[in-house]
Amino acid sequence: MATVFIPSQLRKLTNGVEHLELEVQNVRQVIEELEARFPGIKERLCDGAELSPSIQVCVGQTISSRGMITKVAADSEVHFLPAIGGG
Amino acid sequence: MSQETKPNATTPSASSNGNYRVLGTRPVRHDGADKVTGKAIYTGDVKRPSLAHGFVLRSPHAHAQIKSIDTSEAESMDGVLSVMTAKDLPDVADKIADLGEGSVNLSYLSDNILARDKVLYRGHAVAAVAAINVHIAEEAANRIKVEYEPLPSVTWVLDAMKEDAPLLHDDVHTNSGGEKSAEPSNVALHLNFEQGDVQKGFEEADVVVEREFKMATVHQGYIEPHTVVADWNQDGRIKIWASTQGSFTCRQQTAEVLQVPLSQVTVVPCEIGGGFGGKIAIYLEPVAAVLSRKTGRPVNIVMRRNDVFEATGPTPGAFVRVKLGATKEGKLTAGEAWLAYESGAYPGGMLGPGCMCVFSCYDIPNALVDGYEVCLNKPHIKAYRAPGATQAAFASESVMDELAEKLGIDILELQQKNAAKEGTRRVDGPVYPRVGLVECLDAAAASDHWNTPLDGENRGRGIANGFWFGCGLKSSVVASVNSDGTVNLTEGSTDIGGTRTSIAMQMAEVLGLDAEDINPQVVDTDNIGYTDVTGGSRTTFATGMAAYEAGRDLQQQMTVRAADLWECKPEDVQIESGVFTSNGQKANFKELAQQLFKAGEPLVGRATVAPDCSTNGFGTHIVDLEVDPDTGKVTILRYTVIQDAGKAVHPSYVEGQLQGGAVQGIGWALNEEYFFDDDGEMKNASFLDYRMPTAYDLPMIDTIIVEAANPDHPYGVRGVGETPIVPPPAAIANAIYHAVGVRMEELPMSPPRLWKAINQNQNGG
Repeated sequence: MATVFIPSQLRKLTNGVEHLELEVQNVRQVIEELEARFPGIKERLCDGAELSPSIQVCVGQTISSRGMITKVAADSEVHFLPAIGGG
Repeated sequence: MSQETKPNATTPSASSNGNYRVLGTRPVRHDGADKVTGKAIYTGDVKRPSLAHGFVLRSPHAHAQIKSIDTSEAESMDGVLSVMTAKDLPDVADKIADLGEGSVNLSYLSDNILARDKVLYRGHAVAAVAAINVHIAEEAANRIKVEYEPLPSVTWVLDAMKEDAPLLHDDVHTNSGGEKSAEPSNVALHLNFEQGDVQKGFEEADVVVEREFKMATVHQGYIEPHTVVADWNQDGRIKIWASTQGSFTCRQQTAEVLQVPLSQVTVVPCEIGGGFGGKIAIYLEPVAAVLSRKTGRPVNIVMRRNDVFEATGPTPGAFVRVKLGATKEGKLTAGEAWLAYESGAYPGGMLGPGCMCVFSCYDIPNALVDGYEVCLNKPHIKAYRAPGATQAAFASESVMDELAEKLGIDILELQQKNAAKEGTRRVDGPVYPRVGLVECLDAAAASDHWNTPLDGENRGRGIANGFWFGCGLKSSVVASVNSDGTVNLTEGSTDIGGTRTSIAMQMAEVLGLDAEDINPQVVDTDNIGYTDVTGGSRTTFATGMAAYEAGRDLQQQMTVRAADLWECKPEDVQIESGVFTSNGQKANFKELAQQLFKAGEPLVGRATVAPDCSTNGFGTHIVDLEVDPDTGKVTILRYTVIQDAGKAVHPSYVEGQLQGGAVQGIGWALNEEYFFDDDGEMKNASFLDYRMPTAYDLPMIDTIIVEAANPDHPYGVRGVGETPIVPPPAAIANAIYHAVGVRMEELPMSPPRLWKAINQNQNGG
């Protein structure tokens, strides 16, 4: 089971739930599972069918560039973070 | 990674830094002779037949409605070839384009290139002229009549957040976790991170320190101004020679702004005279391209230095409040930060990394971070070396120093007790893999600098830490083997800091060649696979990884071919230190390449990579300085940069990055700032008045390279380019305190500001 962390600004939608465990294979399934439990959360994380460009996903200790198709291994953590650029 | 690990070759251990043949040596850079003899081709050196010259007219107002633009007089001048305004650019939808590292709203990008209805900062481009020479183009631009209706402007972040502040955009609403505010606002973004129970954490603290900090807007200060040559050919193809950190993102932005197919645009990345994050966004390319289409000639535009300051992206001015609590034993229990960062004229700034970095050096069990990104009447903020992190670290590392003082604990000991390490959870959530801050602090504790007493009146020592993520993104390389066994290495990464060589060295290490046997070439977007920007401290890491993989690809091909040559099975061919052996047969790469060239197909290796990881660079800086209390002038006496490089591929280039970053941070700390008057005009838009440090101002910057191998790279490499700009302002502020007893809360700590603080302190103010 992967542990999915809810960004603090979205916890109103999850009734304060900070993290939960999900049986998922990739980030798309994470989003679908979250939306099924907490309606409205998908539109806060996504732009259409893709992750919002202002958000990046971190699976385990890895920032992924693969968006919704990022694989999620069992026992890994999933975080939604602000997108960043460097110099 | 697109390539699988090859079976027969020795795979370097990522957990050790090993003994390498090429890595860790200091070969002469491949482009060195061209650079020092003036033969290297920068964009300003590009000469094309019938080259026309462009000039951009810019707004004299910080905020104004454009009522009308009359170009008739300019167009009628002798020597003028064409004039353009925003009407010559297509309307671009309000669409976000992914640039690999970061993203851009194309509507804002286009509007920033040439203003449509409103100018949002002084220097905002409003029209452009192409003429037979730049003097006529400038004269003609000055004859363009623009009727403005000036509007109130705002240039300080906290003022811009006020309800009665001049509103820049009617369509910008505060985005808070994906939810938009009902009313338009200058506050474009609100971020929040929470970890643990902050209230409880502060209740557990024996000592709490809280301070507020202000930082001025500063510029990257690259020597070469933005420059472009564009040629819109009659067949519709557009060729652009540019000073850019990323040819492919330059191509993408240009194509999107012009609404032409991506395949119609070729970008040639010329040599670059510095970028530091400021040459990722485009400014001139679509303008030069449209002027080229209209004139039928290639067009060159070079920004003047004042335009670079006034119209290209600086790093944000900011306001940051930090509160930290610790037990009397020196264990941090809680942290709280409130950050307000400028984003300039449009949304899209550096708030995210600021919020993520403010506590990134420490293990803080309970933390709360609130951040706000704010539009105001300054040029649109762009990346500058670890964007957003330096401002945050100035605040948090200053408070750490004060906390140590109040606890009666040595600052380095406090840092060591709380340093982030493998397993530490950042306030924004993720847990660190293996990182090297502890090793940096241990190196600092053991350093000659830290262990040499500092004597003398008005002298002080400061220490501070910094962090930058470093990223992977996408890189491609192609390696063609010559008949003499040397290799032509083709890549798409603009070489800013010696990356041709640091990338070539990684291929040489794989193949058992010398660095000089690899001939690296940076080519245009038609001649290499997609490669992301030279930025994010990624190039030696990621394009180097691609070179490593392409080397492995070549090795695999040569294994098969050697088996044919030696009449054995490929699995019977072994590779050790670049030497191929099988059943008594033996040849190194060059020998084998020469034999194989005569017997079959040419050898070409390739690799594309998109490593999903952060390289997590930590650094520790120590500074000794002396303050002249009569003038407030600070003299840097000694400065040491300690940083984890994972593996220093070319130590000279790592040292150069550490020294360069530190010097830029010292300038940020002591002198650099945009001075605006009440009308929003920058009053010091030249290198004469925008005070950057020179060699006369500073001692030699000492460096100590720590090597805690990065588990995500075959040679353990981490990005090093950005972290060294993060600690200097805090380290210097802490040293100033220990020299003269004043805690500086504002950047820059320039002579008048420091003199005033010293006097207020002496007068009990």
